[in-house]
Amino acid sequence: MFTRIFAIVKKEFRQIVRDKRSLVLIFFYPVFMLILFGYALNFDVTHIKMGIYDLEKSEFSREFIKTFNSSEYFDIVKYINNPDDVNHSLDDKSVQCVVTIPADFSQKFYSKEKTDVQFLVDGVNGNTATIIMNYVNAATLGFSQKISADILARAGGNIKMPVNIQGVFWYNPDLKTTEFLIPGLIATILIVICVTLTAVSIVREKEQGTIEQINVSPVSPLELILGKIIPYILLAILISIIVLLLGAILFGVQIKGSILYMFVGTLLYLIACLSMGIFVSTIADSMQVAFQLSTLISQLPTNILSGFIFPIESMPWPIQIITNLSPAKFFLVILRSVVIKGTGIETFWQQFVYLAIFALAFLTIAMIRTARQRRTV
Amino acid sequence: MNLAEKNKIENSIEVKNLTKKFGDFTSVDNVSFDVRKGEIFGFLGANGAGKSTTIKMLCGILEPTSGDATVGGYSIMAQSESVKRNIGYMSQKFSLYNDLTIGENINFFGGVYGLEGEDLLKRKKWVLKIANLEGKEKLLTGSLPTGIKQRLALGTAVIHSPTIVFLDEPTGGVDPIERRNFWNLINDLSAEGTTVFVTTHYLDEAEFCNRILLIDAGKIIAGGSPKELKEKYITTIILEIECDKTIDALTLLEDSNYFDSTTIFGNYIHVKLKENTREDEAKAIIHKLLSESNIKEKRTDKISPTLEDVFITLLEKKD
Repeated sequence: MFTRIFAIVKKEFRQIVRDKRSLVLIFFYPVFMLILFGYALNFDVTHIKMGIYDLEKSEFSREFIKTFNSSEYFDIVKYINNPDDVNHSLDDKSVQCVVTIPADFSQKFYSKEKTDVQFLVDGVNGNTATIIMNYVNAATLGFSQKISADILARAGGNIKMPVNIQGVFWYNPDLKTTEFLIPGLIATILIVICVTLTAVSIVREKEQGTIEQINVSPVSPLELILGKIIPYILLAILISIIVLLLGAILFGVQIKGSILYMFVGTLLYLIACLSMGIFVSTIADSMQVAFQLSTLISQLPTNILSGFIFPIESMPWPIQIITNLSPAKFFLVILRSVVIKGTGIETFWQQFVYLAIFALAFLTIAMIRTARQRRTV
Repeated sequence: MNLAEKNKIENSIEVKNLTKKFGDFTSVDNVSFDVRKGEIFGFLGANGAGKSTTIKMLCGILEPTSGDATVGGYSIMAQSESVKRNIGYMSQKFSLYNDLTIGENINFFGGVYGLEGEDLLKRKKWVLKIANLEGKEKLLTGSLPTGIKQRLALGTAVIHSPTIVFLDEPTGGVDPIERRNFWNLINDLSAEGTTVFVTTHYLDEAEFCNRILLIDAGKIIAGGSPKELKEKYITTIILEIECDKTIDALTLLEDSNYFDSTTIFGNYIHVKLKENTREDEAKAIIHKLLSESNIKEKRTDKISPTLEDVFITLLEKKD
């Protein structure tokens, strides 16, 4: 049995190594995805382009403006001098928000009246608009508190907030998107590579007729599948290491938890993905169909249903049930726990069990279908 | 040892009422035959007659609709895994990996049949020798000419020294000299005691077989040794005519209604005489007919019938 499996593994490796073009693609794809997603797909909102429409131009108004300018969140790109320009600037997207300081800004302040400052925010992208609004509120609140404290100090008093919130973000304190995205990218890259490569490699043998020669030999379906899977597991592990290294080098993402859990989780996930690939190969009759089908069942659900980009909790419940069909959903929980949180197995053992069941189920289906096909060629 | 047991050992393959249907289409229709140990058994028929379907069933890669067969003593229905260990198979489709070297292909198929170490090395040498590829094992298989590829394919198909080897149109697209080389290999295998089950549509190749079976539309229409078949089905004399304007001559002879059948064979015409027609009588008539139409007759000789004559006779009889 091992002689036979080993023969297939060796042959498969030779073919992978000999096909230089595919090999380049296999290694280029993760790098490409990582750079593309890591740099382009960024939900962090910084360097918001801000326009200032200062009707007062007093020392006090300038001090207020300075609070925005001193952080990396806002870039003051424009000082506006007439109300028409306010609209224009938002229309032509030269600014994302405009602060309008009224002419009686300091006068009202010193006469201890409530002062209103207007913020106009480009609301086309709802997410970004909300974030900008939050930043602005926080900045204004900080400014108000500082002024109040100054005034009180001059009067010899001390400011005391009744309730003070000390908000701290755990695991990803800077709320960096890349920390959150890298695990998802690993899941996507691995599933696409695993499903596509196994499916195409088997269907190619069908297309070229070499599978017939294997079918008449004593090689059993299990031996064939193992022989096909093992080389790709090793290849995929190598790719995972490359992605993690790149994640660390380019984006500073480091594994906080146990490498062993990470390895076991990855292995289970890989077996599930490769079995899916073999399943695809039993449906597809040409390499083209195999390729399209593989991409469809691997990339789409992983991007949309796994929680990689869109949070599962905010999906309607029927969709939430469907998300269970994506092995990446479970792998992601493991990855995020290990990479970002560094937690122990108690937080993700259920995902281990589910992945194991998923892998076993697909492996069984793939094997039954392969066995049946061998008697009906 | 009773007769039934003895029979079992003498026969490599025993096929009983084997049938394969694809939907409404019956590809192999209730076929029964035996193949003796060590013989070269030819399985003949036109494309789509059911040859490949039968071979695939016997190799255990296609499930019969009904019936059964034993191959090397194992049932193809119940013991297909044992069948697979004892047979070699080579198909008309070239089934080696073009992107692997000759040596890697041999190693792979050796490994698939469980060969390793010394055994593998010994058999690898043998395969390289019979394919005439010694010292060329680092060459990519895809770069070889068809004839040599087919010899290599045959070598790898029998790398595990099976008792039975199935060859499904092994010489398709191979030039005549390579075909002869290939048949020398088949003869060598048979001489060593391997049963060779071969399909072909080259009828000249069928002459090399010990016994042949003719199949048409999924049914067996005749069987026996080439000599037996000729004696049984060709009872009349066949004349071969060499002349110019072959096509005109053919029409002329056909229209005369004097002969049983007239067929074109390359540049010659074969005429089959009717029962009770004498050879000299026929020759005279041919000479008269041709010279009347100003066709130059070069020669007319009696020939021994070929399997092609048998095949045509059988198919005509069917119509």
